[in-house]
Amino acid sequence: MPTIIFIEPDGVEYPIAVKSGTTARDAAVNNSVPGIDGDCGGECACATCHVHVDAAWMARTGMAEPGGMEANLLQFAEGSTENSRLACQITMTDDLDGLMLRIPDGQH
Amino acid sequence: MTTDTLVGDPASTVPLSQMDVSDPKLFQSDMIGSYFARLRREDPVHYCPESAYGPYWSVTKFNDIMQVEVNHQTFSSEAKLGGIALQDMQSGEAALELEMFIAMDPPKHDAQRKAVSPAVAPSNLVLLEPIIRERAGIILDSLPIGEEIDWVDRVSIELTTMTLATLFDFPWEERRKLTRWSDVATSTPETGVVSSFEQRREELLECAHYFKGLWDQRVNEPPKPDLISMMVHSPATRDMPYLEFLGNLILLIVGGNDTTRNSISGGVLALNQNPAEYRKLMADPDLIPKMIPEIIRWQTPLTHMRRTALMDAEIGGKKIRKGDKVVMWYLSGNRDDEVIDRPNEFIINRPNSRHHLSFGFGVHRCMGNRVAELQLRIIWEEILKRFSKVEVVGAPERTLSNFIRGFTHLPVKLYVH
Repeated sequence: MPTIIFIEPDGVEYPIAVKSGTTARDAAVNNSVPGIDGDCGGECACATCHVHVDAAWMARTGMAEPGGMEANLLQFAEGSTENSRLACQITMTDDLDGLMLRIPDGQH
Repeated sequence: MTTDTLVGDPASTVPLSQMDVSDPKLFQSDMIGSYFARLRREDPVHYCPESAYGPYWSVTKFNDIMQVEVNHQTFSSEAKLGGIALQDMQSGEAALELEMFIAMDPPKHDAQRKAVSPAVAPSNLVLLEPIIRERAGIILDSLPIGEEIDWVDRVSIELTTMTLATLFDFPWEERRKLTRWSDVATSTPETGVVSSFEQRREELLECAHYFKGLWDQRVNEPPKPDLISMMVHSPATRDMPYLEFLGNLILLIVGGNDTTRNSISGGVLALNQNPAEYRKLMADPDLIPKMIPEIIRWQTPLTHMRRTALMDAEIGGKKIRKGDKVVMWYLSGNRDDEVIDRPNEFIINRPNSRHHLSFGFGVHRCMGNRVAELQLRIIWEEILKRFSKVEVVGAPERTLSNFIRGFTHLPVKLYVH
């Protein structure tokens, strides 16, 4: 079971162990991590599960594909950076065990 | 349409091939629900070959709507193709050729949206919250106790207009102009709000002229966090042609006005129609944040958004042809029991209450959704502090529109703790 560590803007950490194949969005929503609403249900359609991938993990998660729906949506999200991803588009594997995802300030 | 003169329930007797859900009267009488229920059951992607708005497709199921929402490459919002509502934006009589980013496709849409979206971003809203709360308190404290008042006029319109005036930094004493322009922008002569398309045109030009004055004033001032100042100073919007300037202003006015206004009224009605839920709320005001999305789903203040197919496509097994008008009925998708459990019940602590279609999805998702939720949360927090009951004491009057789902009158009486 790989673990994701969600980090709130004030530094509070939420480590969550999930089955491989679970998306980071589902992990957050099912465990009531504040600041990740995931309104569209994980369809890559709303950008309410915006996270900043910790720099050390970017190589493994990759960036949002330029010109794709995820990148289209992220451009309107507040505080969007090169490290921005939608958590619904990150599927957990053993390789991502320990993944650190920061919740942007003011996702609410 | 003669639906109101038929014997029996026309929603179940009219042949599917003749079913036309675009009649504004069906929405005003709130009879539309049974029509949509039948379409979801019998013909979820339905073609209406003839209507006052020409032929159109109705997409009525939640997941089919989502599929159209996220495919903006196929389903266009472009104004020149008709735009985002059943009623074509640039059809003959209405011919004020407004342009607004809600009715544009990427990439132009993206640039303009990005220019104004910081005004309603959460970090800006944090600054707005105490102002909205203070104003909400003043509105509520001015209401008489125990006598009949119109909730629509005294609270819903007043609060949303105040918020909008704050977002625009609009001259305070004249803020009801915003309400009027919003009403005019979404109306046709048949609604009685304006008597002719000429009058509508004149009033909207007056709106443009007024805002041009504010624009000229702010262009010479340092940038501020209001919507006009942002548009004036952003490279994406500062050289906008006149009708595009007017169009985007009207978009922001309507977007921030009608929708929240009607959700404020709709929440009062829903709680009165579901007294057990009202009691639940009074017993536990911490349920408010959870209740707000449920109110927005329940009300669905915009019944639909429309797209135009840029190429042949398929939705729910139906062949859509290039050029076809495709209507996503949010009001129907929000009652789809395949996605929403017990959708015809108003449940203030519904799990997954945020999973609704009222804000749309994809790149056109409502830009002001956080402002809307903020206003609704604050108004309910302030109501609960003051009143033991906001009681609906007469029949609500609903808006004559197939686009805006709202109220023109909601008589209530207030009781204090």
